[in-house]
Amino acid sequence: MKYEVVMGLETHAELDTESKLFCGCSTKFGSEPNTQTCPVCLGLPGVLPVMNKKAFEHSLKAALTLNCEISKFTNFDRKSYYYPDLPKNYQTSQNYFNIGNNGYVDIVVKGKEKRIDIHNVHLEEEAGKLIHPETSGANYSLVDFNRAGVPLLEIVTQPDMRNVEEVESYMQALRNILLYIGVSDCKMQEGSLRFEVSISLREKGSNVLGNRVEIKNLNSMKAVLKVLAYEMSRQSSLLDKGENVLMETRLWDDVDSVSRRMRSKEEAHDYRYFPEPDLVPIWIDQEWINEIRATIPELPVDKHQRFVNEYSISDYDAGILTEDKHLADYFEECVGLSQDSPKELSNWIINDVLRELNERKTNVQDFIVSPKMLVELVKIKPTIGSSIAKDVFGEMINTGRTAPSIVKEKNLTQIDDVSELNDIVTKVIEDNPKAAEDYGQGKKSALTFLIGQTMKITRGKANPKILTKILMERLSAGSK
Amino acid sequence: MDISVKEIEHIANLSRITLTVDEKKTFAKQLTNILDYIEKLNELDTDEVQPMAYATSLKNVFREDKLKSSFSRQEILELSPSSTNGFFKVPKVIE
Repeated sequence: MKYEVVMGLETHAELDTESKLFCGCSTKFGSEPNTQTCPVCLGLPGVLPVMNKKAFEHSLKAALTLNCEISKFTNFDRKSYYYPDLPKNYQTSQNYFNIGNNGYVDIVVKGKEKRIDIHNVHLEEEAGKLIHPETSGANYSLVDFNRAGVPLLEIVTQPDMRNVEEVESYMQALRNILLYIGVSDCKMQEGSLRFEVSISLREKGSNVLGNRVEIKNLNSMKAVLKVLAYEMSRQSSLLDKGENVLMETRLWDDVDSVSRRMRSKEEAHDYRYFPEPDLVPIWIDQEWINEIRATIPELPVDKHQRFVNEYSISDYDAGILTEDKHLADYFEECVGLSQDSPKELSNWIINDVLRELNERKTNVQDFIVSPKMLVELVKIKPTIGSSIAKDVFGEMINTGRTAPSIVKEKNLTQIDDVSELNDIVTKVIEDNPKAAEDYGQGKKSALTFLIGQTMKITRGKANPKILTKILMERLSAGSK
Repeated sequence: MDISVKEIEHIANLSRITLTVDEKKTFAKQLTNILDYIEKLNELDTDEVQPMAYATSLKNVFREDKLKSSFSRQEILELSPSSTNGFFKVPKVIE
């Protein structure tokens, strides 16, 4: 493409609190409509909103983690707009004094590091949920205010992203950070994490920004990537024809995979921000900042590097393990129990544990095989062999039993004893004289057959290395 | 400071209200008068005065993140002109 793409992202993350931003109503997802409301979150006259300390501190923690400059003085503003998802006809948000400004997130794309600048991080209240009945001719919409007033963090980037890989990597990095610091559950299927993108195209080498299009209504990372691909082709074909891209807000239609223009009436915003008189300003001092900073755990990027250095696992494996904080914790718990085999534990987790988690659509916190159980399996593996170890792992998942108890009950311990194996081999050769003869005449596949016969008799328990050695010795001796 | 009929139309549109031609003229005049009255404050010398957005000197007022019981749905819905199946019912807002 002859154009350069310029993209920025606004992310909304619902903060993880018990109660709403300004009242004691629950933030629980999925309750019966309008069962979590009160005069405060419904904006009835005469009520007094009071700031939820945890929500504010979560925002401060996020702003610090995103390397923002923290405002000494912050306050809240009323953003006026009339739309039935907000009962007050304004949204309490921040406009003039955001909690954090000028931060950044470092991402890695195709092995190269890139810094995405954060314009600002601010706290606001979530709106209610609108439902538009699909019955034809229905001339009404339905409103559920359970969500109205849930604390919502908005994170706005500079238009720093130049390709979809960077956007994808930024979204994942941001999600991981928010999960790691524990301020949001980031459940996209529940709308806890949502994106808005802005995208413009310009001739390569140009310093002037093209007309920007904003797209709202993006509930998954996949939708973001789809809409960006769609807009790139829509905008570039307009420019190719010498036409203008209109500066506008569009909505993404996930069903038809197209973006559509919002009606100009919906777009005519004049927010008339002014300071929210019912909330007092908040001053943030250094002591408070230090206190919050002390609660920030090791971040994914740092953990990734430490895993590589400390446990000598590959960069790729460390990346997979640290993508999910709980998976990283699982791994470290395993390593804590058995210092001698981080590489092997990492292999088990990446190959077997992750496969099972995907198949069972469950997460590692709920996984039936605990770190202790996995370590026991890895420890007992040399006595049962790799192939049986995999079977035992499957059995552990199905029954929740430990590896030692399964091995003991099924008598799965590998046969390493040379004289015992010798006796078995003698019998196998006697029973299969033809195969032994074939081997003597140079038919090497006969060996595989005889190994198979021995494994059959021992139910897979013969130590394959020792067995192969004995068989080869015996067969060569026999053929002489 | 003169408020034009056009500005009145803009504000009316933002507030989702419809005004007659006469009302627009009346409100334009009234709002102009109100703003002129407020304008008197500019006669004061405020060079040495910090901007003030709040009437009290309170700061950093918080509540703990604790649940309180919500209002009963029936009670809440009864406040609205129209509701159905536990939802508030409003005129259709999308095309």
